Amino acid sequence: MRTLRIATAVVSAVGVLTLSACGAADTGKKKEVGGAKSVTLTVPSWVGAQANTAVAAHILEKELGYKVNTKQMGEVLAWDALSKGDIDAIMEDWGHPKEEKQYVETKKTVVNGGDLGVTGHIGWFVPKYFADEHPDVTDYKNLNKYAKEFKTAESGDKGEILEGSPDYVTNDDAIIKNLKLDLKTNYSGSEAAQITAIKKYAKEKKPFLTYWWTPQWLNAQVDMVEVKLPAYKEGCDADPKKVSCAYPNTPLQKFLNADFAKNGGEAAEFLKNFKWTTEQQNEVALMIAGEKMSPEAAAEKWVKANESTWKAWLPKK
Amino acid sequence: MTATVTAVPPEKTTPTPAPTPPGTLRTLLRHRVKGRLLLLGVAALVLIPLGVALWGSGSWPAELTVDVSGPLDDANQWVIDNRETHPLFLYFLLHLSNTATDSVDAVYRLLDAMGWLGVLAAGVLFAWRAAGLGRRGVKVALTAFGAFAVCGLLGMWDATLLTIALMVVAVALAALIGVLIGLVAGLSDRVDRALRPLLDTMQVLPAFAYLLPFVLVFGTGTPAALFCTVIYAAPPMARLTALGLRGADPAVLEASASLGASGWQRLRTARLPLARKQMLLGLNQTIMMALSMVVIAALVGAGGLGEEVYSALSTVDVGKALAAGIPIVLIAVWLDRTTAAAGDRIGQSTPGGGLLHGRSAWVLVFAGVIAAELGRLAIGKAWPEAWTYDISTPVNKAQDWITENLASGIPVLGGTEVWSENFTLWILNPLRDGLIWLPWWSVLLLVAAIAWLVGTWGTALTATLAMAAIGVLGVWGKSLDTLSQVLAALVLTLVLGVLAGVLCARAGRLERWLRPLLDAMQTMPQFVYLIPVVALFGVTRASAIIAAVVYALPAVVRITTQGLRAVDPAALEASRSLGASTRQQLLQVQLPLARPALQLAVNQGVVLVLAVVVVGGLVGGGALGYDVVKGLSRGEMGVGMTAGVAIVCLGLVLDRITQPATRKTD
Repeated sequence: MRTLRIATAVVSAVGVLTLSACGAADTGKKKEVGGAKSVTLTVPSWVGAQANTAVAAHILEKELGYKVNTKQMGEVLAWDALSKGDIDAIMEDWGHPKEEKQYVETKKTVVNGGDLGVTGHIGWFVPKYFADEHPDVTDYKNLNKYAKEFKTAESGDKGEILEGSPDYVTNDDAIIKNLKLDLKTNYSGSEAAQITAIKKYAKEKKPFLTYWWTPQWLNAQVDMVEVKLPAYKEGCDADPKKVSCAYPNTPLQKFLNADFAKNGGEAAEFLKNFKWTTEQQNEVALMIAGEKMSPEAAAEKWVKANESTWKAWLPKK
Repeated sequence: MTATVTAVPPEKTTPTPAPTPPGTLRTLLRHRVKGRLLLLGVAALVLIPLGVALWGSGSWPAELTVDVSGPLDDANQWVIDNRETHPLFLYFLLHLSNTATDSVDAVYRLLDAMGWLGVLAAGVLFAWRAAGLGRRGVKVALTAFGAFAVCGLLGMWDATLLTIALMVVAVALAALIGVLIGLVAGLSDRVDRALRPLLDTMQVLPAFAYLLPFVLVFGTGTPAALFCTVIYAAPPMARLTALGLRGADPAVLEASASLGASGWQRLRTARLPLARKQMLLGLNQTIMMALSMVVIAALVGAGGLGEEVYSALSTVDVGKALAAGIPIVLIAVWLDRTTAAAGDRIGQSTPGGGLLHGRSAWVLVFAGVIAAELGRLAIGKAWPEAWTYDISTPVNKAQDWITENLASGIPVLGGTEVWSENFTLWILNPLRDGLIWLPWWSVLLLVAAIAWLVGTWGTALTATLAMAAIGVLGVWGKSLDTLSQVLAALVLTLVLGVLAGVLCARAGRLERWLRPLLDAMQTMPQFVYLIPVVALFGVTRASAIIAAVVYALPAVVRITTQGLRAVDPAALEASRSLGASTRQQLLQVQLPLARPALQLAVNQGVVLVLAVVVVGGLVGGGALGYDVVKGLSRGEMGVGMTAGVAIVCLGLVLDRITQPATRKTD
């Protein structure tokens, strides 16, 4: 008797489920949060980009009366979410050619939101204390002479170049091979691990060579000098296996969801206008990372002190 | 009792080997191994010169590889192009993801509406009820109170609620699926064997590898995070349910069968109740596994405590990461103590009715929660700002001091930096270089030989095919690099784990002291201790191995302890009366009898070490782990999936060469 009752329950439950599946599901687009004007921004994992988001969110909330939601996720996932409309804007993009082609050019679900005003640059860096002692280390031609200084347990008899997170664009393996350098890459796998290692080396005043970039808040704490690689020329990094030149300067970009860019009103216009300098971004980034302030507090402090800068970003009435 | 065991036909007995005298078993084993070794020697004489002549030495030949990234990227593209229009999405997958979001939202909104006082009261009273109201449960209730209070004090109340909401739904779903799988596997040997590779894959295939496709299909945020968590957390429930069902005392089953109970009745009235302890351990492990996925969930925007940990990482702020990590551990402790207390009460007869038992006790619990609800009207919903404390600065100072002094400051012993360098130079490098130096065909032969020695033709074939698949996927070198790290971590984990397990089984007090530590090791997100580990051991493979050992150790300790405890007291008593010393008892009675549990411990060791290979990639482990992370973060599904599948194949190989085939020898 009991078995029968359970069987009936199961059958009816399955039946209800099947019936409910008959209707087409909501694809998740255009969800309003409580009917209020709202904007969703992504928070990338690195501090510079957190500074953009924090300042933009502060002004959107305090000056324009929006409710700002933030979502934290990986860069490629953020592109996908941007295309679907789960988030409205990415404030700092270091170049994702594959995604740009797919979403901006082919599907047209994402549009470029203009320059952020900050220029990114990737390169090889040594600490200043080491470069002061050995000034010729800043040219790649002399790196082999110093390879022994950069040796670790991971690099065997070669010198180690510390690499970062898999997020980052790197041609270093090809560069090492094509320039015939006695170096070996060691992939630290995360920005946090790389920063921890750099801080440790700097504290002990040990020599090291690392893949690094500007703008970055750590540059204000650990002084590093770039090693000159053969100059970048348009297209010299086209074939990933033949690269033997430096990295380009990248003007960082903003990207908006296409629907949002068209119908997002004041918020979309404001985000398109948002443009500041490397120094201004670093100022906020250092408050967050160096002084361990919360992003909101850092943004509030900066906004109070720099009214003339951000007033220009507000939509013209 | 033991007499009945032997009376039952052997194929119906449980996997616990019949108590054969150790002497005969050993001669039998030696005999078999000797014969096989002889055969293998002959085979080697023929095959090795043949291999050298045909293929020479070196790595896996390029012409034998297949590139799978093309089709994977095509599938990826298809999903992106069709997910808003295709019926498969509109009528099925989107329903799944919307239901997931809605249910987590609903739980969160309920918790939020209850206010902090309501949640606190519910958590504490529920724990108290589970432990049996009255004085016995007071300790459990106090633990629950402390856990919730600290979450609030650390300023993580809201993030904690969001995480609890995700956990409640994920654990419920995982437990349901796990019990269903476990039921089938526990009742049928064939299904059990067929399901084992599936369960292994669910746990070993790194979530990072399938996170990307899940996000594409189900969307960012809750759904992808929830489904990934369920996949990872369900297997322990399934495994332990099956183990419990198989371990049911045959005498009881026999008795209930002779009373005329049908198969279904026997399952419901005898086998399931007898397996309850194991099933609760399974639930407990499922909770732990699910909590360990909290940070991964944050990578796709699910929010909660994981997001706090993850964002603290970008500013290299250990204190802030710890402030978010502690609540994760505390949730685990609260749930663990509650389930364990409920488990302890199983089998104890409850004295009569009374106010503190049965339904009236539940009424009391609900009345308490409702009273707290009324109280919160006066106090407010959110955790008071004034009752929070920021631990970030003192923790960071302590961490700096510790790393500075331990990294190189210890006299004579050198310090962690020196240890990690020597470990890398003298153990890891030779192991890796040796494995890579071996000609590819000789690795296959070696795997086949070992698997055949410990198992059967079938296991040898599976192991060899899995190893060959790694070569075909084109990640031979990287996989051997990873294998060398996994072997080192596994040996460390098993040695430490079994030792600690033996100690815990013998001294109950030690187990109780170790429990919070084990909980913390298993549930504290690796991301929290990643920075201190790098600061202590540098960006090396040694750091990756430490992360793996820390994570895999608790399960090995727990299963070993449980296995040793479950050894039939009669057998122990018998050996004691025959004058066996404590050591003899342990080596010749307890350990052999606990063999199924020990095998499960080895299996879980393999599985968990492999699960952390990916995290190792974040601290300098390189190889497959790095590739998996790279696949997710650069959107290269081919790279990530290939590396993920290679990790599964490694798991399969390791499982086959470490799990002796008991069925044939007994």
